[in-house]
Amino acid sequence: MSGEHASTRIIEGYARGGDDLAPDEVWAVEAHLETCPVCRERLAAMVGAEVPAVASLVATVWSGLEPRLAVTATMPRGRRWSARLSRWMTPTMAPWLAMVVAVTLLALLLDRADTGSGTGTGSGSDFGLGFGFGFGEVSLVLLLAPILPVLGVAASWSRGLDPAYELTASVPRAGLDLVLRRTASVLGVVVPALLVGGWATGVMVAQWLLPCLAFTAATLALGGVVGVTRAAVALGAVWAAAVVAPTLAASRTAFVLQPGVLPAWGLILALGIGVVIARRGAYSELGAHR
Amino acid sequence: MTSAVSAADIAPTSYAWEIRATGLKVRAGRKRMAVDGLDLSLGLGVHGLLGPNGAGKTTLIRALATVLRPAGGTLELLGETVRGMGEHRAVRRRIGYLPQEFGYYRRFTVREFVEYMAWLKEVPKAEIPAAVQRAVERVGLADRADDRMKALSGGMVRRAGIAQAIVNDPTILLLDEPTVGLDPAQRLRFRELLQELGTDTCVLVSTHLVEDVAAACTDVVLFAEGRLVFQGPPDELASVGGPEHVGDSPLERGYSALLLNSEQEKGTW
Repeated sequence: MSGEHASTRIIEGYARGGDDLAPDEVWAVEAHLETCPVCRERLAAMVGAEVPAVASLVATVWSGLEPRLAVTATMPRGRRWSARLSRWMTPTMAPWLAMVVAVTLLALLLDRADTGSGTGTGSGSDFGLGFGFGFGEVSLVLLLAPILPVLGVAASWSRGLDPAYELTASVPRAGLDLVLRRTASVLGVVVPALLVGGWATGVMVAQWLLPCLAFTAATLALGGVVGVTRAAVALGAVWAAAVVAPTLAASRTAFVLQPGVLPAWGLILALGIGVVIARRGAYSELGAHR
Repeated sequence: MTSAVSAADIAPTSYAWEIRATGLKVRAGRKRMAVDGLDLSLGLGVHGLLGPNGAGKTTLIRALATVLRPAGGTLELLGETVRGMGEHRAVRRRIGYLPQEFGYYRRFTVREFVEYMAWLKEVPKAEIPAAVQRAVERVGLADRADDRMKALSGGMVRRAGIAQAIVNDPTILLLDEPTVGLDPAQRLRFRELLQELGTDTCVLVSTHLVEDVAAACTDVVLFAEGRLVFQGPPDELASVGGPEHVGDSPLERGYSALLLNSEQEKGTW
């Protein structure tokens, strides 16, 4: 209510009560007062100055309330950052994300140690002894990049890890919107960590970023059908069996991670995104949390 | 400042029943049909959902909360037919739901938890602090509002759960076993709250405690083997039972009489 305000006559009449104002004027001024702080202030001043009966009544009410107000704790200022953060990730995701970052750093360290020593035994039999010595040319960062965000996504939308999953599934905001928020927060943590790792080990960005995004999209797409946790476990197993194991055994970069295969990863990414959008309703049901 | 009465508050309703199910079927797990051909109409008031263990109460409440998709039949909530996937946003804003085993984040304070739920329920941002305070006061947790959830007793956690369910002033309120873990005094207070809510809300409370129903409910829904056995006021349920039936109160005797009948029809004991 910026433009028009109640006239002084009306405010004065309202403050006095009685028959000064017609009923329709009373309704109008009450409706106006609800939305207009300026006129409420004028009314308060008017009551204080002109209408001692009302002022003393208000004072009585205040004196009755004051002892109770004194013992009621005032609402503390909320921890705003934590409220804002919880819109992007659940508190249970934090340890998982910390673990993902730790694994990235570890992979980076092992890669550095590997290139630093420059000795690849290539036997593949002494994993227990020196993880970093077994795979010569292969970058661990590259090998782990696709699977790390999948862990985070699973943690963000899973029955076992998110205690509030049933409450979350029942709210209006549940669904693709919330899934994407949480996925974005996972990628927001994982991608910078990998970026540092990739830059330090000299791996081309697209070479790990595309598989990373493709796997994330595939987890979400499959998750809409069988549940995000199951999808993450299945894709993790596929990755371990089809890429990690052969790479470690042969100690050279697997075929699927060669730069020439990148268009295929791009295709998987596009497909995954398409399926996620087409089945966006699935994320607002309990099934997606399995 | 928001207007005291909004246009939505005085708009006439365009539906006869808040909840209306016709031939509703809902699967629990892959094979079992936990709700099997249910016809149910619920209006304003407090409806007590009674039934033996495994009767499908939780599955029914989940379907009404739109987190499980019906396998058959029709379900109308607030006049809107619920079908397919992901079309429930508007309906869900007007539903409050407390699951039986409700999880929460232990590090949140009660206020943060209810605020977070209010955000998830798309309560307008400007109204969240007041709505949270009102909900927390209604369940009697105002003095513990800034304690962490992990510091609360079981009964208080349950009350925090009720607070999150009512924070969006729902028209349909679904409570799955809300009285578990409440002590007798809290239970009495909870019944008062239910009666208060029932004046302008369609409350469905699932419970296995017959005395809760007697004290707080305007209507009893007796549910067994996925079907409706009885629906009517508590007095009518009490009048069904005779002295030959098992139970300590008229309501319990009526309950066991009706369940006995429905089981005899099926030929089992």
